[in-house]
Amino acid sequence: MKLQGMSVLVTGASRGLGAALVEELSRRGARVVGVARGEEELSGVVRRARERGGEVHGIAADVADKEATYAIAGSAAALVGPLDVVIHNASTLGPVPLRALSDTDCEDLERALVVNVVGPFRLTKAVAGSMAVRGRGLVVHVSSDAAVAAYPTWGAYGASKAAFDHVMRVWGAEMESLGVRFVSVDPGEMDTKMHADAVPDADRSALARPEDVARKLVELLASGGEALSSGRVEVGSLPALEAGSPGAEMGNRAEAEMGNRAEEVAA
Amino acid sequence: MRAATWAREDRMMDRLLLVDRRGGGLADRTMRDLPGSLGRGDVLVVNDSATLPASLSGRGPLGEAIELRLLGMAVGGGESGSLGGGEAEEVGSRWTGVLFGEGDYRMRTEDRPAPPRVRAGDRLSFGGGGAGLSGGLSAGLSAGLAAGLAAIVEEVSPVSARLVTVRMSESGGRLLQAIYRLGRPVQYSYVTRPLALWDVQTAYSGRPWSVEEPSAGRSLTVPLLAELRERGVEIATLTHAAGLSATGDPALDARLPLPERYRIPEETARAVERARRGERRVVAVGTSVVRALEGCFAEHGRLVAGSGVTDLRLGPETRLRVVTDLLTGMHEPGTSHFELLQAFASRAVVEEAHAHAEATGYLGHELGDFALFVS
Repeated sequence: MKLQGMSVLVTGASRGLGAALVEELSRRGARVVGVARGEEELSGVVRRARERGGEVHGIAADVADKEATYAIAGSAAALVGPLDVVIHNASTLGPVPLRALSDTDCEDLERALVVNVVGPFRLTKAVAGSMAVRGRGLVVHVSSDAAVAAYPTWGAYGASKAAFDHVMRVWGAEMESLGVRFVSVDPGEMDTKMHADAVPDADRSALARPEDVARKLVELLASGGEALSSGRVEVGSLPALEAGSPGAEMGNRAEAEMGNRAEEVAA
Repeated sequence: MRAATWAREDRMMDRLLLVDRRGGGLADRTMRDLPGSLGRGDVLVVNDSATLPASLSGRGPLGEAIELRLLGMAVGGGESGSLGGGEAEEVGSRWTGVLFGEGDYRMRTEDRPAPPRVRAGDRLSFGGGGAGLSGGLSAGLSAGLAAGLAAIVEEVSPVSARLVTVRMSESGGRLLQAIYRLGRPVQYSYVTRPLALWDVQTAYSGRPWSVEEPSAGRSLTVPLLAELRERGVEIATLTHAAGLSATGDPALDARLPLPERYRIPEETARAVERARRGERRVVAVGTSVVRALEGCFAEHGRLVAGSGVTDLRLGPETRLRVVTDLLTGMHEPGTSHFELLQAFASRAVVEEAHAHAEATGYLGHELGDFALFVS
């Protein structure tokens, strides 16, 4: 899939993996719309990507709000054209500190399902038909290994991620003949705010950087590989980016630039 | 014909009247039967425009209650012409719209009080401070727009004092967010319940260029489109900014539809050309698709991919060059739409089809039943 000129929507774009995806996608020529509730943080992400020459727009909205669905889908299409790729990255852990299901309030489970299942379901409903009539499109769900394994205290989150993984599978089966693909991606454990909320005492040095995960994920999209039709991908099992691949090379350059900037600030 | 007051639960049960364009033969079907009426190699062209919540309630220059129904982004001096095929998607601040006096859709458009007279330089305001707020406020759209939206009148049309060009206080994404936050869908009094934005989108909507739903495609569900494609029917898209169907001012209504912008993708231009060469049918879903395709052809002498504006008006005199078949909603004699149908069939055939639909209980208007004019 050629990323240059492709229109991509990323939810949860103000921090962590979402912000890194906005940065990486725009760096590789995609026209990107980032969605997040926090307007201030989001506009920082948009501004930084634009400073590097990216075509990026921000929409401050809550994916969990039904009234916002067509505002998001319509604004995005108005700004960058009908969407080619949607990345459902926004999600909630539910109540933190994480707790056993027997200690989870019914309302908290409901909230996790609304944010992590119903919200992305609505947004997909609003954009997948446009992909279907054009005969192409890709919907990505940023899932978790908690959707597969039964980790104590991860019940609300894990159940909601498993539920949306299955929504994605059914959608994939329904739209396969129309050229729209659906894939859930397990990014692995990353050094993000969400991870810190979930596991406050984690050894951060053992966690992947969201920038590295974003680079691998975007490379996967760019390669358009078979993996995208498999329904589920674990980023951890993707090959490391080789030196010389566009992702690695440009990524290293970006890192070097950031390094330089950090030194300037330090000086 | 009775107006549909709400959409049917099962869209496949919407009625479909097949009208033989030349012979005038009629057959009663439902939308479920649509795939059986089309064949391998035919191209079905849909208008993939999404619908904006284009009705903005607010205040006039002296604080009077007004409603501004947006027509769309201003398209130059209203002249027909190409805007070029660039990829840039600009959301500008100059828009055209139609002003109404106080009241809302529950009153028939033609019974609405006239809006206050406005002049260039007057300020209209929407939302903010609570005055004239129309609802549709969404907690999820915290765009930092608590101050609302203002529109400065730039031009008042000589055709009708209701038709104005305004400059909005925002542009780009912020303007869109303000419209989504403050606006509600344009609707008419025969639709009894308030329409939500969800109720006025086709299954395949993309760019929000239209201010009324391109409703001929309302019952084209994704499974139905999949079935059509399985049968070898090609689905192609274009985007056409469908405007208002009524303004309450007879002088202005007589000019509808006003010039509207469209965009034809490269692959659609190719698909339609292939069908024409292979003598397959080119089926337009809705009159906005007819306007875009025929308007483009009339201007360039062939179909050209890219963006443009068309002022083409269709009627008995029109010689169709591209479109062979039309899927359309049911409309009343006397409307511009009824005239338009006579581009596809003689007046006698159109009137007979209408009489049959009326006698057998077809429902009219944008949530009603359908007709397919078959070549």
